[in-house]
Amino acid sequence: MSDETGRWFADATPDEPERANTAIRQGSADAPADWPTRAVDAGFAADEAAYYDALHEATLAATGAAVREAERADDQQLLHAVRAMDDCERTANELAERLHEWAGSLFAGVGTGIDGARGVAERDPDGPAEERAVALAERVVGLADEAADLRAHIERTAPEVAPNLATLAGPVLAARLIALAGGLESLAKKPAGTIQVLGAEDALFAHLRGRAPSPKHGVIYVHEYVRGTREEDRGSAARALAGKLAIAARGDHYRGEFNPAIERQLEERMATIRARGEADE
Amino acid sequence: MSELPAGVERRPFDGEERLATQGPPVYGEPTANGWRAWDARRSKLGAMLETGMDTGLVGGETVLYLGAASGTTVSHVADFAGPTYAIEFAARPARDLLDAAAPRDRLFPLLKDARTPETYAHVVEPVDVVIQDVATRGQAAVANANARFLDEGGLLLAAIKARSEDVVADPSAVFERELDTLREAYEIRETARLEPFHEDHLGVVARRRG
Repeated sequence: MSDETGRWFADATPDEPERANTAIRQGSADAPADWPTRAVDAGFAADEAAYYDALHEATLAATGAAVREAERADDQQLLHAVRAMDDCERTANELAERLHEWAGSLFAGVGTGIDGARGVAERDPDGPAEERAVALAERVVGLADEAADLRAHIERTAPEVAPNLATLAGPVLAARLIALAGGLESLAKKPAGTIQVLGAEDALFAHLRGRAPSPKHGVIYVHEYVRGTREEDRGSAARALAGKLAIAARGDHYRGEFNPAIERQLEERMATIRARGEADE
Repeated sequence: MSELPAGVERRPFDGEERLATQGPPVYGEPTANGWRAWDARRSKLGAMLETGMDTGLVGGETVLYLGAASGTTVSHVADFAGPTYAIEFAARPARDLLDAAAPRDRLFPLLKDARTPETYAHVVEPVDVVIQDVATRGQAAVANANARFLDEGGLLLAAIKARSEDVVADPSAVFERELDTLREAYEIRETARLEPFHEDHLGVVARRRG
């Protein structure tokens, strides 16, 4: 019977927590049974209270291990890296604006943006206010540098995690798509039409409620194939790109091998789409 | 107003009467004299109690909680119930669930998919109550699949989220469809919308059919 072989404590002993861990994570049973009573009858625990104490320890350990494993997975690390990069860039730009306002009141010839902040950071402050402004500039520069380091990290790791996707989309856009889907597996399970509008959820739901036309593209807009295509053909380009991205994500998740054919097919399709524009000219 | 289960009380927090249970704090909720406020805006079950639904909970039950997320609600449940099994599918919220479970010796966290009960039936015993708050499509089907953990007459407390089934359909139509599916395994005792605490959610109290 499944409930005899299935019970999680079948092979577990108090001195070998690994077995209980594996049994909880990988075991199964068709139907539940009165496990506390059976565990006591089988001599696994002295009484019901001792059984629940053991179950508490075992579920905390097994679930803790499962969570760590899932969260340490490479695609999840990529997701955090790309979100951190976006946060660093956004925060650096925001603080750079604040700094420009402030430093402009203290120094002459203060530039805007991150470059402006770099200039301020190199100044020799005179007095407490200038010290604060220069220190703030150093933070802005630090954040911008961290964003650049994160980008380099993504460019290095995305091709390992998702070789097909990174080739087609570029490493940063590949990471962004994985982050928007919540992981490589969920991205691999999404239809091309969903990938096409990932990042355009507001527009999509407005469309579904009947208030707006359907969005042609989400974050894949930043791809040269979409942005570099004339406007009336952008929908076609986005559809073609999303179709191949979906195939690439599936290949990366289920096979994990690089397949150069996907890129070649996309290039041919894009040539056809762009030829329309040339024909019209 | 229906009676609250033993272990759940209305207690004053900053002069305001709020639902509360006794246990270690979990999510930065206000505490006073060993009681911690149960925020109905962050908990569908809390909203069901707050809106006066007759949940049939008395306290001390064995519970299977589906969709435990970070453990906000299930920590309150474990405070007043007996042995409580918490199922959560996503790793990130489960990380916080572990923190809520660590100081509660009768709360058992499991990283499992509520759509596949056979992956945890080797750990979970038959229970008195199934509480469900899963934001996935096919919520009634999830409840039906987990009916195996209940004896005849066993209690189901579910929050059905209309937008998880269909973002654009009229919520009432979605609820009717889900209730129809639920009737395959359960007898519906009471339903109520959870506004103003949760938009487009239906609270359901049901009993397992024989």
